[in-house]
Amino acid sequence: MGTQPPLMRTRLTRHARNLALELVLPLVLLVLWWFLSARSTSPYFPPLATILSQFQQTWLFAHFLSDAVPTLQHLAVGFCVAVVVGVAAGIVLGSLPLLAEAAAPVLEFVRSVPIAALLPAGLLLLGIGPAFQIAVIAFSATWPILLNTLDGVRGIDSTVLDFARSYRVPMLVRLFRITIPAAGPNIIAGMRVAVSLAVSVVIFSELIGATDGIGYQILQAQFSFAVADVWAGIILLGILGYLINIVFRGFELLALRQHRSMRKPS
Amino acid sequence: MPSTPAAPGVPPEQPPLISVRGLVKRYGTKDTDRLVLDGVDLDVHKGQLVCIVGPSGAGKTTLLRCMSGLLAPTAGETVLEGVTVTAPPPALALVFQDYSRSLMPWMSVRKNVELPLLGKQISKNERRRRADEALAAVGLTGSRGQYPWQLSGGMQQRVAIARALAYRPHALIMDEPFASVDAQTRADLEDLTLQVREMYEMTVILVTHDIDEAVYLGDEVVVLSGSPTRVRERITIDLGRSRDQLTTKSTPEFVALRGQVLQLIRRDRYATRTAD
Repeated sequence: MGTQPPLMRTRLTRHARNLALELVLPLVLLVLWWFLSARSTSPYFPPLATILSQFQQTWLFAHFLSDAVPTLQHLAVGFCVAVVVGVAAGIVLGSLPLLAEAAAPVLEFVRSVPIAALLPAGLLLLGIGPAFQIAVIAFSATWPILLNTLDGVRGIDSTVLDFARSYRVPMLVRLFRITIPAAGPNIIAGMRVAVSLAVSVVIFSELIGATDGIGYQILQAQFSFAVADVWAGIILLGILGYLINIVFRGFELLALRQHRSMRKPS
Repeated sequence: MPSTPAAPGVPPEQPPLISVRGLVKRYGTKDTDRLVLDGVDLDVHKGQLVCIVGPSGAGKTTLLRCMSGLLAPTAGETVLEGVTVTAPPPALALVFQDYSRSLMPWMSVRKNVELPLLGKQISKNERRRRADEALAAVGLTGSRGQYPWQLSGGMQQRVAIARALAYRPHALIMDEPFASVDAQTRADLEDLTLQVREMYEMTVILVTHDIDEAVYLGDEVVVLSGSPTRVRERITIDLGRSRDQLTTKSTPEFVALRGQVLQLIRRDRYATRTAD
């Protein structure tokens, strides 16, 4: 492993350079925003300084515990439910082609209904509160995961299936050591779509039926015409979305490390 | 019992380990009917290495799939140690043609070999011991911790062979196992097969399209006819147990046997063509 340290160093400098590149444009935009809005008197576009001080007052950390944490909790619970349901259903359907064929029209129909259209129905059924949030997140995030898992399981090589059958690999071993890893890249791709969908849906649901949460706070700010507060909430959402993405990318790298190195020439 | 002639070199009183009787496989519905196997009879005795050859398009893979319980025959049966095969039996292990697709790329070599053992009621230590032993038998002790994609094609196929050996089958079924490696690797793997067979006293059924390979490896070569497939001829290969790539292949006996098999296949290919 004598070549490891210099290789690591070049990789590190490359990462540092990429990070710097990624940071330049946002910083330039922020500076521009700061100076261009500094003397703004428009009630709709308050100076960035005002928005940031509002951001600090509201979210660091007066409302963080009471509103941001619930949003993240609902997001996490709903997303986990979606992963479990989506992966399980995807595997079952992927392993039973006939059932998948029979279910296809129903799946396509339910998936095609815009989630926004389902929110009023969900609100009627579940009422205002966390159950509603979690249910709509789980519901909307399930589909991309399910359909991608289904594709992944269907795409498993026939030789692998022959191997599992002829060597009498027991069902659970087969599930966790063959099926799930084989469909792994597809499952993760589905999860990636589902994450961004879930973030939109949680805010959406908080706008129409919640008693706390970031979306709820933004709505309250809008009702009381606290424009800087609305902007502050949006900034918080942007930051959270960005962080969630980073966390997810880390998870992806970890989960697919075998698949990734496989593609590298050895 | 049908009166099939006793296999060469084996005491006739011993019942065959595997007996294929009147195997018929028909694919498709009434309209798209295709007869692939048209009554295949075949006996393989314990310790024998039988090579199956046939013109391309003969249902060699179909035959193996039926024999190993992966595919239900339309008629006839495969009897393994006195029991009719209806599902993959634990006494058989398959080595697939495409090693790159039959190994799990997300598992180390050792984990790949251990994978089929997870269904057997044996301890973790015993599992590891068997895997390591099998890997040693194919000369891959040093690669246990590597991943399949880090190995050459020949080494990957050795992993697949080790995986089959660790499963401790009574017979090994190999479906064109060396079709996708280069000539030198192929020769090495052929010798490895002979060596492993000697070491484990394994019964081996090997399908190949390479006539040299069939004659070099086999105690018996079964020549299949073109589609629909029947057994055309069974040829005893009297070249002794110890064989060598150089000397065996240049003996007049080898050359004669090779010519004999080639002629059978050629004639069949010609017959199939004129029939079309």
